[in-house]
Amino acid sequence: MNAAGFPLLSLLTFLPLAGVVAILAIRGDEATVASNARWTALWTSLIVFGLSLILWARFDARVPDAQFVEQVSWLPEFGVNYHMGVDGISMLFVLLSTLLTPICILASWESVQNRVREYMIAFLVLETMMVGMFCALDLIIFYVFFEGVLIPMFLIIGVWGGQRRVYAAFKFFLYTLLGSVLMLLAILALWYHAGTTDIAGLMQHPVPVSWQYWMFLAFFASFAVKVPMWPVHTWLPDAHVEAPTAGSVILAGVLLKMGGYGFLRFSIPLFPDASAYFAPMMFALSVVAVIYTSCVAFAQDDMKKLIAYSSVAHMGIVTIGLFTFNQQGISGAIFQMLSHGVVSGALFLCVGVLYDRVHSREIARYGGVAKIMPAYALVFMLFTMASVALPGTAGFPGEFLVITGAWKSNGWVALGAAMGMILGAAYMLWLYRRVIFSKVTKAEVKALLDLSPRELAIFAPLILLTLWMGLYPSSFTHVWEASVAALVERHEAALAIPRLAGL
Amino acid sequence: MFVGAVFFPLLGATLAGFFGRWLGDRLSMWVSVGCMVLAAICGVSAFVEVGLHSAPRTITISEWINVGGLSVDWALRYDTLSAMMVGMVTFISTFIHLYSVGYMSHDATPPRFFAYLGLFTFAMLMLVTADNLVQLFFGWEGVGLASYLLIGYWYDRESANRAAMKAFIVNRVGDLFFMLGMALTFWTFGALNFGDIFGRVEEMRSATFAGMPALEVISVLLFLGACGKSAQLGLHTWLPDAMEGPTPVSALIHAATMVTAGVFLLARMSPIFEHAPNALTLVTIVGASTAFFAATIGCVQNDIKRIIAYSTCSQLGYMFFAIGVGAYQVAVFHLFTHAFFKALLFLSAGSVIHAMSDEQDIRKMGGIWTKIPVTYAVMWIGSLALAGIPFFAGYYSKDAILESAFAAHTGAGMYAFAMGLIAAFLTAFYSWRLLILTFHGRPRADHHTMEHVHESPAVMLIPLLVLALGALFTGAAFSDLFIGHHEREFWNGAIFNGEHNHIMHAMHEVPGWVPLAPTVIAIAGIALAYLFYMFAPGLPVRLAETFPAVHRFLLNKWYFDELYDAIFVRPFRRLAAVLWRTGDAKIIDGVPNGVAAVTVDAARGVARFQTGRVANYAFTMIAGLVVFVSVIFLGFTR
Repeated sequence: MNAAGFPLLSLLTFLPLAGVVAILAIRGDEATVASNARWTALWTSLIVFGLSLILWARFDARVPDAQFVEQVSWLPEFGVNYHMGVDGISMLFVLLSTLLTPICILASWESVQNRVREYMIAFLVLETMMVGMFCALDLIIFYVFFEGVLIPMFLIIGVWGGQRRVYAAFKFFLYTLLGSVLMLLAILALWYHAGTTDIAGLMQHPVPVSWQYWMFLAFFASFAVKVPMWPVHTWLPDAHVEAPTAGSVILAGVLLKMGGYGFLRFSIPLFPDASAYFAPMMFALSVVAVIYTSCVAFAQDDMKKLIAYSSVAHMGIVTIGLFTFNQQGISGAIFQMLSHGVVSGALFLCVGVLYDRVHSREIARYGGVAKIMPAYALVFMLFTMASVALPGTAGFPGEFLVITGAWKSNGWVALGAAMGMILGAAYMLWLYRRVIFSKVTKAEVKALLDLSPRELAIFAPLILLTLWMGLYPSSFTHVWEASVAALVERHEAALAIPRLAGL
Repeated sequence: MFVGAVFFPLLGATLAGFFGRWLGDRLSMWVSVGCMVLAAICGVSAFVEVGLHSAPRTITISEWINVGGLSVDWALRYDTLSAMMVGMVTFISTFIHLYSVGYMSHDATPPRFFAYLGLFTFAMLMLVTADNLVQLFFGWEGVGLASYLLIGYWYDRESANRAAMKAFIVNRVGDLFFMLGMALTFWTFGALNFGDIFGRVEEMRSATFAGMPALEVISVLLFLGACGKSAQLGLHTWLPDAMEGPTPVSALIHAATMVTAGVFLLARMSPIFEHAPNALTLVTIVGASTAFFAATIGCVQNDIKRIIAYSTCSQLGYMFFAIGVGAYQVAVFHLFTHAFFKALLFLSAGSVIHAMSDEQDIRKMGGIWTKIPVTYAVMWIGSLALAGIPFFAGYYSKDAILESAFAAHTGAGMYAFAMGLIAAFLTAFYSWRLLILTFHGRPRADHHTMEHVHESPAVMLIPLLVLALGALFTGAAFSDLFIGHHEREFWNGAIFNGEHNHIMHAMHEVPGWVPLAPTVIAIAGIALAYLFYMFAPGLPVRLAETFPAVHRFLLNKWYFDELYDAIFVRPFRRLAAVLWRTGDAKIIDGVPNGVAAVTVDAARGVARFQTGRVANYAFTMIAGLVVFVSVIFLGFTR
């Protein structure tokens, strides 16, 4: 669209780094630095969010291909270019990242008191990495950002986390890194095969079917950990429990989406035969994830752990949707990723509100909060309902579309996905009942204060989005409709070739 | 007008919910009542316009979901079926709002209650005016949410919280099948809005899914969905527990409107069900069994609201088997009359509870009929209507149901007829058991309570009287319209009867004893109740002692709760704990933690080589060099 025009995507990607520089330049005593760092970070992230709104406004949903493309030669001898662009699939993920960052900064306003400058820098670097990852159109660039995300997140968990933060941070880092190493090998193999790492260029060189299986598995190793799929999910609850609230929000809101996005961007288009071949495995793992982690979530005594497990179950719905290879399923999966980003982020914020006051995530420490904090109870109820996919909230369209799409592939998979409806209601309502309802007996609960204006300001955009996505999902689905249609068409065409050759 | 009927309740809910703090308790109550009155005016005139003047229409509000051919809108579909439901729901809901003003006057947070009530009414109206399955599901889940909130309204009671959760989760079991039914509907018809589905039924008659006729599978899935909401056998366990909510809620949600959503769904989907004879047989059998089963339990319960709850369950069974034999019109007619007299019964039960200082056990009542004569009178009217005594509302609809079951001339139809007759007997019996134990005999409450027995205020009595009028006259006034010889003009295509389905005619031509039987049997039931509880009170006790097993079985509600607890709830909890503590913590985490431990051990072992002695290092280096060189050497020579 504006190939030679204004480099909006680069600006979005690297503007947070300018904020980092500004924060580094702050001088003065500790309190001044902290306050200025907060404000600088907030303003930087708000400006980035504002710019990303321009991206949305000027995005042309009728075009299935990448837009706002920027291409600069980087390592010409290896065929690696700095190639950025967004299509319908990635555009809203950029927005999700730019939206959640200011919310996270605002959510950490009072709860983070030590090393504020470094904390804010970590978040801005994280934003750069996330946005860059969703914009990258070159595998190497993608890989750099994909791995780059790990560093600030590792620090956020390891430095500002809870008691077992070091264990959790290492677990998080090692799990995700291990998968990525295999992906790097696969990327090298792809480069060796096609002589380029440009995604569009790679599409021109269909990978031989025999290679596809191994490459798919290599990418799978990386993405499955990120999603996370069963049984490589156990890093997530630990990471969530130990991470500060804002860290959990980004972790659940954006980082988990990197796996699903990766499947959609690389595995399915580049390895169509392998994707079709492994689809039953993906379904099986996803259905297990939905049912297994829902059960495990039910047994939790820790609020954050419960929501972390529910994330695994919801992401299981996403992976089911992706591998249905039909428009409903894939659209549903994308929608589910976005809505999960908003809703689970909001749920972690809800937990954070209580944690800031009582400094405990243990469910048994609460009870009867509704009486003391009615506004909070209402907000929590809304997000609980969104999490159990009540129609009219953000959770529903995604789940509905995935189940519909899955039915086309296999009725049992649809049933498995739909089991999440019952189990999800069971653990979320069980949580809500124990925390919000019942009699107030604990002195700590009696002393609670309802939401502050700052907290309301954090929740307001998320509430708005949750209802908007539920009541008028078309404004989101039509963004990626053309891209997904093209993807499905290409996938079907790719599968048809060997069959024709076989005739 | 058409939009207003649906959205005024939402407006009322929003005002009461968000601005209740500023409006104050009294004002926010009256604001919601005002909004409901407006909605009722709109709703009833919509019924007159659409139902009586045959002017159906669809109002599209906006697009909702549109993905790759799956496209549904937010739209209000007004045909006779939905206009009738809108009229009924807004009318009854208005009077229940009014009643609540009195009933909830001593409550701590009435604005919250009215917000929930308004939200419920809105969701119910969205359900009945939906023009596609997905919007219907929106209303379906919306009423589920409102019901959850209202059952758990007194959230400091553990029993209320438990009941609320149970209601939501059991309903979700049904919703799962509803969801799958929608998926199959979409892949069969390529659409989810009713117009397109019904237009393509003929061409899809031979469509199959997994070797079975697709229409049958869709029907069964939707029926299972309906079972959850309408508390049919197997998924009924939530309804009696739902009585934990305030009584107006029981009247509105768990008698008049929400629980009938399943019946509405089946009537709405009649074009599909008409092509699914096996599914209809299933509906008949489940409905008839529910009618019988719930009635048997109703006979031995002692909580005034639970008796009426089981009676609701039983009456819903009647509606289902009426649908099962193809008499959708009759089922909807019973739904309509039942809404009036059952809401009346619940509200008068509420009035009794109010008078008895929140006592609900009928064993602790008695001897109060002179003190609350209006409540007593309207409860009589409600019971007469429920029992199907001639010329009360229930007589017209219940008789018609039994006639149509008989006229079906199928095995399932006869089973339904038999079960329906037995249930009619039991219905009359437990209704009068309730009446006699509650109002007559020696006062069994303590002195203190008896002193406070008083008639309810006018704001509660007016709704009772209006609903009593409904229980008296709706049957006679509407039977010709709903199920008479000209029903086809009235329904105007909103309900579909297949070409082979002549039940609406056949039911008028049954042998003469069939229409008489229910009345005779009901009177016998009433007589038995008088014998047992008025004239020979020792008899029921002796009976219970003679057959202790039967009595325990009924008293414990056929042990459904215990059964589900044993096969679902407890294993689920155990499984959850096992999966977490063993599956996640030991097995899945055990591997990486084990690897980490091995790595640490290995590192320690390697660290031992670092002795610091130069000689050791030199030796290791030489050894390494030898290995290296020999590898290269061997590599080259080969």
